[in-house]
Amino acid sequence: MTHRLRLPRSATPYLFLAVPIALLGVFTYLPVVDMFWYSVTSWNGISPTRTYVGLDNYVEILTRPELFRVFAVSLYYLGASFVQLGLALYFATVLSFNVRFRNFFKGVLFFPYLINGVAIAMIFLYFFQPGGTLDTVLGWVGVERPPHWLGDPDVVNYSLAGTSVWRYLGLNFVLFLGAIQSIPAHLYEAAELDGANRWHQFRHIILPGIRPVVGLSFILAISGSLAAFEIPYIMLMGANGSRTFVIQTVEMAFKFHKVGLASAMAVVLLVIVLLLTWVQRRVLPDEKVTLS
Amino acid sequence: MTRRLIGTARYLSLVAAAVVAILPLVVILFASLKSADEYASTGPFEPPANWFNLDNYATAFTQGRMLSAFLNTAFILVVALTGTVLIGSMAAYAIDRFEFRLKRTIVGLFLLATLVPSVTTQVATFQVVNGLGLFNTRWAAIALFLGTDIVSIYIFWQFLRGIPHELDEAAALEGANAITIYYRIILPLLKPAIATVVIVKGIAIYNEYYVPFLYMPSRDLGVISTALFRFKGPMGSQWEIISAGVILVIIPTLIAFLALQRFVYNGFTQGATK
Repeated sequence: MTHRLRLPRSATPYLFLAVPIALLGVFTYLPVVDMFWYSVTSWNGISPTRTYVGLDNYVEILTRPELFRVFAVSLYYLGASFVQLGLALYFATVLSFNVRFRNFFKGVLFFPYLINGVAIAMIFLYFFQPGGTLDTVLGWVGVERPPHWLGDPDVVNYSLAGTSVWRYLGLNFVLFLGAIQSIPAHLYEAAELDGANRWHQFRHIILPGIRPVVGLSFILAISGSLAAFEIPYIMLMGANGSRTFVIQTVEMAFKFHKVGLASAMAVVLLVIVLLLTWVQRRVLPDEKVTLS
Repeated sequence: MTRRLIGTARYLSLVAAAVVAILPLVVILFASLKSADEYASTGPFEPPANWFNLDNYATAFTQGRMLSAFLNTAFILVVALTGTVLIGSMAAYAIDRFEFRLKRTIVGLFLLATLVPSVTTQVATFQVVNGLGLFNTRWAAIALFLGTDIVSIYIFWQFLRGIPHELDEAAALEGANAITIYYRIILPLLKPAIATVVIVKGIAIYNEYYVPFLYMPSRDLGVISTALFRFKGPMGSQWEIISAGVILVIIPTLIAFLALQRFVYNGFTQGATK
C-alpha cells in the first residue's frame, strides 16, 4: 500500500498543475497583490501614472466617518443571519425526526437558495411594493398604514435583511440537516433507553454532533454580513440608506474612479475577513472544519 | 396530551415556513398570467382570469432578449463546467497521486485562496481582465469562473483520497503513462465527484450576476441574470411582464432541482460551505 507510484518523470505533476496554478496566479493572487499596490496610490483606474500616496487612503477611510459608517448596515444582516441560523437549526432538528411530508418541506425550505439572485430581487421588489403582497396580507390583520418597506431609510434594511434570510436559510438548513443525519442512530436509541426526551436528545446528542458545522456557519454568517452586496445592490442600488461597504467600494472604483481609495477599502475588508477566519481556527481547533 | 400539542405546533411551524417560502413565488406566478388591465385592477392574491394567458411570457422572451441570454448562459455554462472538471480533476490527480517538492506550498496556496472573498478583489481583477483583452467578451466570465474556483479542486481531491491506488498502479506497471492513467482510470472513477461539481458549480454560474454585469456590459452579451436585471429599466412598472421574466428564469432551476434532488442535496452538503 505504501509503495507509491514511481514517477515517470519528476515533471509530470507540474504538467498537470500548470493550468490550475496559472489561473490561480492570474485571477486570485495577482489581483490581491495589485490591490495592495493600488491602495497606496491615488490611481483613478485609467491614467497611465500611479502616484504613490503612502497610507493616505487608509487615513481617509478611518477619518471620514461616512465611509466607515456603512459597516453599521452590516449589523442588520448580522442580526438577520443569527435569526436565520436559529430557524435553520430548528427546522433541521424537526425534520430530522419522522415527519409526514418531510421531503416536501425539505424541498420547499431549500429551493429559494437555488433561485437566481436577480429573480429574488425582482420577487421582493414586487413583494414589498406599496399596496403589494405584504401590505395586502397586513391589511387582512388590520394594519392600515404599513411603512414604506423599501423607501423608508429606517425600515429598508430590515426588509432587505429579511429577504436575505428568505434566500439563504435553505443552505444552512440543509447543511445542519446533513450533519444531524450523520449522527449514528444508536446514540438516539441508547438515549431513549435512558429515558431522555427530545430536548435532552437535542441538547446532548444533536448539538455536540453538529458543533463544527454550526461554528463554521457562524463565521460565514459574520463575513457574509460584512460583504453583503447582491440583494441591496440589485434591488435598490444602495439607495435609501441600504448602501453596504461592498456597494460603496464598487461605486468608489467604477462610478467615481477612485481605484486607490476603493482598493484600500477592499484591503480593509479582506483583512477583517482573514482575521475572522483566524479567530475561527483558534476557537474551533482540531475539529473537522475544512476550508472547502 | 402535551406531546400531541407539541406535535401540532411542530406541523404548524412547518406549514407557516412553507407558506412564507412559497407565497412570494405564487403571487409572481399570478401576476405573470394577467393582462395589463387585469393586473392594474386586481390585487396580488386574485388568481388570473385565464391560466393559460402566456402573452407576457412571449413579450418577456422577445423584448427581454431572453433567447440570446439563455444561449449566452448555456455557452458559458458548458465551457466553464468542462474546464472546471478537467482543471479540477487534473490538479487533484497531481496533488493526490504524486510526491513532489513544491506540493505543500502549492496546496497551501490553493487553500489560502479560498479565504479571499472574490467580491473584494474585483477592483483589481477588473484591471487584470481588461489587460488580457477579455473585457466585454464571454471569455471574461469563463476565465473568472475557471480561475477562481478552488472548491471543485477540493471536492475532487477529497474524493480521490478515498480511491485506492491499486488500479492506477497496476496500469503504471503495464507501462501506461500518467496522461493515459488520468484519462482512462482516474477520470471515470471520479464520476460521482463530477456530478457534485457540475451541480454546485452549474447553479452558481447560472445564478451569477456580478461577473457578467461588470465584465460583459454589452447588450448582446446578456446572460439570464443581466437580461432580467435590464427589465427594471424599460419595463419599469410593468410587473406582469417582469414577473413572466422571473418565472422564465426560475423554471430551469426548478426542473433541475426536481430531477436531481438527491444529488443537489448531497452536492451542497459536500461542497457549498465556501
